Amino acid sequence: MITRRTLLKAGGCALVAYAGAPRFLLRAAHAAEASGKVLVAIFQRGAVDGLSMVMPYGDSGYAAVRPSIGLQPPRRGESERATDLDGFFAFHPALAPLVSLWESRALAVVHACGSPDTTRSHFDAQDYMESGTPGVKSTTDGWLARAVATRSAKSTPFRAVAIGLALPRTLQGDVGAISMQSLDRFDVRNGDDGTARQGFESLYEQGVRDLLHGTGRETFDAVKILKSARASRIAPANGAEYPRVPLGEALRQIAQLIKANVGLEVAFADMQGWDTHVGQGAERGQLALRLRDFGAALAAFAQDLGDKMSDVVVLTMSEFGRTVAENGNRGTDHGHATAMLVLGGGVRGGRVYGRWPGLAHHQLFEGRDLAVTTDFRTLFSEIATRHLGVPSAPIFPGFRSTQPPLGILA
Amino acid sequence: MEKRPVRIADELRAAKVVRAVTSERQLEEVMVDFWFNHFNVFAGKGDVRWYVSAYEREAIRPYAMGRFPDLVRATAHHPAMLFYLDNWLSAKPDFRVPVGPNRGRRAGLNENYARELMELHTLGVDGGYTQKDVTEVARAFTGWTIDRPQTDAHFIFRPMMHDTGEKIVLGHRIAAGGGPGDGERVIELLTQHPATARFVATKLVRRFVSDTPPPVLVARVAGSYMSTGGDIPAMLRTIFESPEFSSEDVYRAKIKKPFEFVASAVRALGGSTDAQGGMALARASAEIGEPLYQAQPPTGFADRGEVWVNAGALLARMNFALGLASGRYPHVSVELPALVAGADPGSPAAVLDRLLVAIVADQAGPETRAVLTAQLREPQITRLSPDDRGPANTDVAKLAALVIGSPEFQRR
Repeated sequence: MITRRTLLKAGGCALVAYAGAPRFLLRAAHAAEASGKVLVAIFQRGAVDGLSMVMPYGDSGYAAVRPSIGLQPPRRGESERATDLDGFFAFHPALAPLVSLWESRALAVVHACGSPDTTRSHFDAQDYMESGTPGVKSTTDGWLARAVATRSAKSTPFRAVAIGLALPRTLQGDVGAISMQSLDRFDVRNGDDGTARQGFESLYEQGVRDLLHGTGRETFDAVKILKSARASRIAPANGAEYPRVPLGEALRQIAQLIKANVGLEVAFADMQGWDTHVGQGAERGQLALRLRDFGAALAAFAQDLGDKMSDVVVLTMSEFGRTVAENGNRGTDHGHATAMLVLGGGVRGGRVYGRWPGLAHHQLFEGRDLAVTTDFRTLFSEIATRHLGVPSAPIFPGFRSTQPPLGILA
Repeated sequence: MEKRPVRIADELRAAKVVRAVTSERQLEEVMVDFWFNHFNVFAGKGDVRWYVSAYEREAIRPYAMGRFPDLVRATAHHPAMLFYLDNWLSAKPDFRVPVGPNRGRRAGLNENYARELMELHTLGVDGGYTQKDVTEVARAFTGWTIDRPQTDAHFIFRPMMHDTGEKIVLGHRIAAGGGPGDGERVIELLTQHPATARFVATKLVRRFVSDTPPPVLVARVAGSYMSTGGDIPAMLRTIFESPEFSSEDVYRAKIKKPFEFVASAVRALGGSTDAQGGMALARASAEIGEPLYQAQPPTGFADRGEVWVNAGALLARMNFALGLASGRYPHVSVELPALVAGADPGSPAAVLDRLLVAIVADQAGPETRAVLTAQLREPQITRLSPDDRGPANTDVAKLAALVIGSPEFQRR
């Protein structure tokens, strides 16, 4: 299979080869010139219950529909309870590590955000949110990949990185995104004296232009850059302590890549376990444990990066929300709108964005779910245009927002 | 006691690897893997860790080469699936538990199984069902639960949890009072539906032919499903006898998924293993991207190359190749001398020829062959005799690792 990506890469390689210098050095030089803005996207897979993550305690309908999993409204001085944000919404108590970021206005919430597509399939909804084209299954690439591809042609293998086992749908496309589980282990090892690495590199350097060879070529460029940048040796700063969970590990390594100046533009990580059909819990319990790790990882990341956060925006997303009413097993089933968080430099934080649709029965989507009042593309395209400086049209084809801009970034 | 459930999944993984490496019934193993993934359960979710071995043994393996509706029925009744997709707790609205430690506790409808049964097991997401159908199917399956979940868990229908009212599923009326027959009727409706035939056919063709299944072949395989009541060998025969299956376009079109890559590498090197080695190989599969029995979402693992091909995973494949060929995996032995038997160890080119025949059926592309031939000039690959007069020995392990890690061996 020949993709545009592999052809572009091949062309690029040839040009650089003529220049007579190792192409990874040239790429690293390019990287240093880049604007330095980084977008970190975090996917909460399984559909997070936005009504527990950011509780609308000011809505009089809340308590009645959630007799066993509803949170107690916030009360001053009671840290076991949810934390008031603005007199109407409150953070789940497990998100306590994020409160200081809220107070310093580095963190904003977009509530009742979601997809115009009504599917309640995890797979389809994730696919749509990652491709950026709700309702269209034929889109071959992801919106984050398109966002990077739309920026200047400067090329380093580290422009787009996912930490995890697989390359997520949203980074598939023409940018040659890299996925890796661990910076430390990103090399040919197992007692190799360098011969095998050289051999493998040659094997993927030659041959047809397909996904496999293209990936192989990018891989060995990346290995060299990472070795020379010694990224995995960079320790967390400012006393940041990441929770020892996959999302914590992922964000710790994304921070290392940012600090190592390898040319990172977008990074992706995900977290599983939000599909709380049974025994969701309230202030404590299954969902609370997830939220605790989630909040702690985000807070550690912001602390670790310190001043560097001024160039970074973190965007969290989930494929849909959950039913407004709890189900028969003290859990929630698949719903519609949820809440998303935006954290970082230039964020007009300390505010909950989006129109609140209400929890009264007649206000619900299909009589059961929180209605979507902010199309996720309104939020995503605003971040892409204002933070990454790319036009919205090629990234979210066919999308024209019918609502005024959120104004979430300065 | 705490460690025991972990051992269950470990042993299951080891057994899967040992079967994949040594079984003479390779197609059956492929189909067990395929159907488990189709009816995925996650060994890390609660009590599934206790049930997962039995699930594969009782609900998947006996029907893997049988009839598709039997797979749906067997998985629908199995404690592992009942637990994984929460149906064991789903009850009529406002049901109150009458006895036991949860006495008085309210329970009610849970849609999880009903939705995935239609979306992932039968009709497919575009199979034409609505949210209303999801709710109706969930009502039909109320009362399908687990008896004695902590001891000898097995299926039981509990009438008091069951919603006895009438249900309308995909336009078909299921009369009130059907009891356990409601769920059976739903399974019948779904497994006889043409959308199910298409969905199953698409997945089979994607598995055996190409990431982009040719629509004509999918239609023929769906036809086999409809005319045989979902007979799996009949569908496979339709695929294997099709011109699309042996077409040059799809030759080596599929990227091996990590588990396939690991097992095929051991087989290609004439290897053998035991339970302990199986665990090590299962860990290797996880590092390459496929932790066995650990797919958390009900979709299971994807069956498309772009999911498996990425920088980290490719390096992990190369590292596995090196570790395997140099005998670094305990309890996994490879027979390199047998592979190159007869070739003069002092003749690196002859050694390479033997390896290419054994590992990639002599189908290496010209570029790969050229690169490997060039490698033979590396002093680390071809060790010279003490007087430097000529090659004395060839590092067969390293050369074999290069072939296992080559682009050709990543495909099937």
